[in-house]
Amino acid sequence: MPEFSGILFLSTSLLTVKPSCMSKIGVFICHCGENISATVDVVKVAEEAGKLEGVAFSTDYKYMCSDPGQTLIKQAIKDKGLTGVVVAACSPRMHEPTFRKACAEAGLNPYMCEMSNLREHCSWVHDKSDATTQKAIDLVRTLVEKVKHNKPLYNIKVPVTKTALVIGGGIAGIQASLDIANAGHKVVLIEKDPSIGGHMSQLSETFPTLDCSQCILTPRMVEVAQHPNITLLTYAELEKLEGFIGNFKATIRKKAKSIDEKLCTGCGLCTTKCPTKKIPSEFNTGLGFRPAIYVPFPQAVPNKPVIDKLNCQYYLKGKCKVCEKLCPTGAIRFDQEDELVEMEVGAVVAATGFNVMEPSGFPEYGYGKYKDVITGLQFERLASASGPTLGEIRRPSDGKIPQKIVFIACAGSRDPAKGIPYCSKICCMYTAKHAMLYQHKVHGGESYIFYMDIRAGGKNYEEFTRRAIVEDEVNYIRGRVSKVYEENGKLIVKGVDTLLNAKPVEIEADMVVLASAAIANPGSEELAQRMHISYDAYNFFSEAHPKLKPVETNTAGIFLAGACQAPKDIPETVSQASGAAAKVAILFSQNELSREPVVAVVNRSPAPLYSTCVGCFMCATACPYQAISEKLITDRKGNVIKRVAKVNPGLCQGCGTCVAFCRSKSIDIDGYSNEQMYSEVMALLNND
Amino acid sequence: MKIGFYPGCSLTGSSREYNESLFSISKAAGIDLVEITDWNCCGATAAHNLNKELSVSLPARNLALAELDEMEELVVPCAACYNRLLMTQHELNEDEALKNQIAQKLQMPLKNDIKILNVLQYLEKYFVPRLDELVKFPLAYDVACYYGCLLVRPNKVMQADRWEDPMTMDAIMQKLGANALDWPFKTECCGAGFSVSKTEIVGELSGKIVRSAVDRGAKALVVACPMCHSNLDMRRPAIESYLKRKVDVPVIYITQAIALAMGLSPKDAGIQRHFVPVNLTVNR
Repeated sequence: MPEFSGILFLSTSLLTVKPSCMSKIGVFICHCGENISATVDVVKVAEEAGKLEGVAFSTDYKYMCSDPGQTLIKQAIKDKGLTGVVVAACSPRMHEPTFRKACAEAGLNPYMCEMSNLREHCSWVHDKSDATTQKAIDLVRTLVEKVKHNKPLYNIKVPVTKTALVIGGGIAGIQASLDIANAGHKVVLIEKDPSIGGHMSQLSETFPTLDCSQCILTPRMVEVAQHPNITLLTYAELEKLEGFIGNFKATIRKKAKSIDEKLCTGCGLCTTKCPTKKIPSEFNTGLGFRPAIYVPFPQAVPNKPVIDKLNCQYYLKGKCKVCEKLCPTGAIRFDQEDELVEMEVGAVVAATGFNVMEPSGFPEYGYGKYKDVITGLQFERLASASGPTLGEIRRPSDGKIPQKIVFIACAGSRDPAKGIPYCSKICCMYTAKHAMLYQHKVHGGESYIFYMDIRAGGKNYEEFTRRAIVEDEVNYIRGRVSKVYEENGKLIVKGVDTLLNAKPVEIEADMVVLASAAIANPGSEELAQRMHISYDAYNFFSEAHPKLKPVETNTAGIFLAGACQAPKDIPETVSQASGAAAKVAILFSQNELSREPVVAVVNRSPAPLYSTCVGCFMCATACPYQAISEKLITDRKGNVIKRVAKVNPGLCQGCGTCVAFCRSKSIDIDGYSNEQMYSEVMALLNND
Repeated sequence: MKIGFYPGCSLTGSSREYNESLFSISKAAGIDLVEITDWNCCGATAAHNLNKELSVSLPARNLALAELDEMEELVVPCAACYNRLLMTQHELNEDEALKNQIAQKLQMPLKNDIKILNVLQYLEKYFVPRLDELVKFPLAYDVACYYGCLLVRPNKVMQADRWEDPMTMDAIMQKLGANALDWPFKTECCGAGFSVSKTEIVGELSGKIVRSAVDRGAKALVVACPMCHSNLDMRRPAIESYLKRKVDVPVIYITQAIALAMGLSPKDAGIQRHFVPVNLTVNR
């Protein structure tokens, strides 16, 4: 329909500064020291660019990003009255903000400045030749054509709700919450389990100092519960997250605890009389039991029980209610239901932690078949003073103290064939710690560690593993274990020693501990999708940049803390949590947010068309950020004239998916419009 | 029903009883195993240690011949032959140029898409669904199923169920009425070709396997590989000298176990051909 597109062209171009004969474009070719000029004939590029239609000024300079270089641009804008600028230099990721700022200082709208990437896209990837120079000229020409169609854009302002949502109450979530709260901002901390504390509360001692995990953690847990700026919701999960940076709307599912928390005093009487007592305790990794109404561990925060509906006699069979009869304050509520709470938050910190892989996929190690083959996390519980053996190393099968113990590192990690290819990072250190604790607790005991490499990078880490080897006489064997099997009441560990005198090794052990791989928490994939953040092939949440944006996600306003991003130890987790908290505090230091206006826009035109949008909402289906909603165009009396799509500029990330989907060509990205893209392509095709 | 069959050297020689029992049970189940016309050596250990081209062209010729015979499936009971044929098929499918080069050398077309079955896969496909009907006399013994290496490794190509602790044979024995023991030496090395050059190594390695099975109460070892069988059975004197005791546990092929349970005569199962006498009987 040529006539129709004619109208469209008119309607969208009403506000643009055009056509090209009116353009006065300045082209600035940078040598980037020798980075560009060594392979590209920059003088020729500047010369050729000067001949292009609409170019009013063209020059080259050694360092365009330097102060004199920027002054050169500013001066040219003033002297020549430039309407657009093309800086041909490095990647826009590097210096686009620099040059746009310079243009703005000279009175030009910053979005009238574009960068042509002559370094990464040309000089660095080609040898010196005429063709390389010709490519540089082509690259510059496309950007000149684009700038002719640029229009002034203005940064988008969005308000900020100064409350942070922290998901996960392990050490990462605790640290992030405390830091944000201490910066004077409100925090809502949600934890899916009945208590905060996470994996750290399960650990015995911590490397490399061997200080007690609970002793350093529990004061922090109490601080969280008592902090005036922190609202703690345990037994709660994120149901839905909508909105955008500064303006999220979170829906939290508060799972029914079957307890009136206001009435409950935490006396614990109910937990002593519950008839269902033999439920494997999650906190004790199945090495102990808990009743159906329970507090996960004595130092739990909050120290109030919940009823596990899946195991409670009353919920299963409709009879019992012993706890209700016993409760001195009448706090039991069998009819309590899950509650959905909506809240406005400005930032989200995901701190959902990790889990250890069940090594049952490794039948050669016999986990699940032999009771005395346990995971590292289970060993933590055995070694912990609050554990099922009160800190004595006793094996699960018969409670005997193992006289010979074997630790197998990399049980699943660094094993692309069957397990996972990555290194779980924490195991070398905690296995050294386990062997040490064993040697400290079982005098005369023998411990062996089968390892691939000892990865002990970190402050005082190498010293720690050396101490295990030298002072505590832990036997390190470099090699893999092929098989663990039971014979005459002993666990025979068959492996290989690959160092000097390489030979097969067989150890008759009483207990075997597997440093099973650290994996993403079950459900993290769904959670990431719910938050609209990306995750890697192993379901760990992805940071925005592996080096320079380690706590940010690709979704603005959502930050990462701790092992939900990758396996990491406590110091690293705490650092990242504080980093995430600092990012939240930076965000909350502003009353309004300003962001780049590179967003999708649905065209609007005068009556009677109003917009070419036909309201099919294909765009809304395609949008990965839920940024598109319905807009009703009404007349003065309020009658609906037309239903069109509307893009929320706060949510839109400018990905352009909607543009590709729009059948009536009614959506465009500001700064990357179809018209601008076509003009770039046409500039390349019309190469004489 | 007709299915292609590649015997290899063992089944025509040292492990004739494997061949006999396989044919007996197949016949009883109404399956006609058709030998590849003019088949040749699979290359065994020698070829792939010495000459890469030879190591693939020998098995490839057999695969091409099977295609000429219009076979869709090919049963290869010897685990070593199976390994060589499957590895060749895999390698040629990964490398189109090599495949064309070999086909040219063979002067035969090679589609290389025939379905190669080892004996366990064959049994699983054609017998397991019918075992309830075929088994007449339960073989009520404690047995240790021994898989060896060739049926499960390299795991990327073999795609065995659980290569550290396979269960296919255990499941079949369980269906025959036996009690398949949980034991740790299912895939341990038997000593393989050292049988000829350094028999004492086989004595030690196979000795540990036999000891583990016997100590757990096994009344028989069940295998699906002629190499494993000869090491555990024929090399029993070496095993006994390593263990310093007499061990009379018999080693039978899975196909023999099925034959016995189906009520076929011991002779049809080739039971009399072993070095260690097989004293297993079924209640008739």
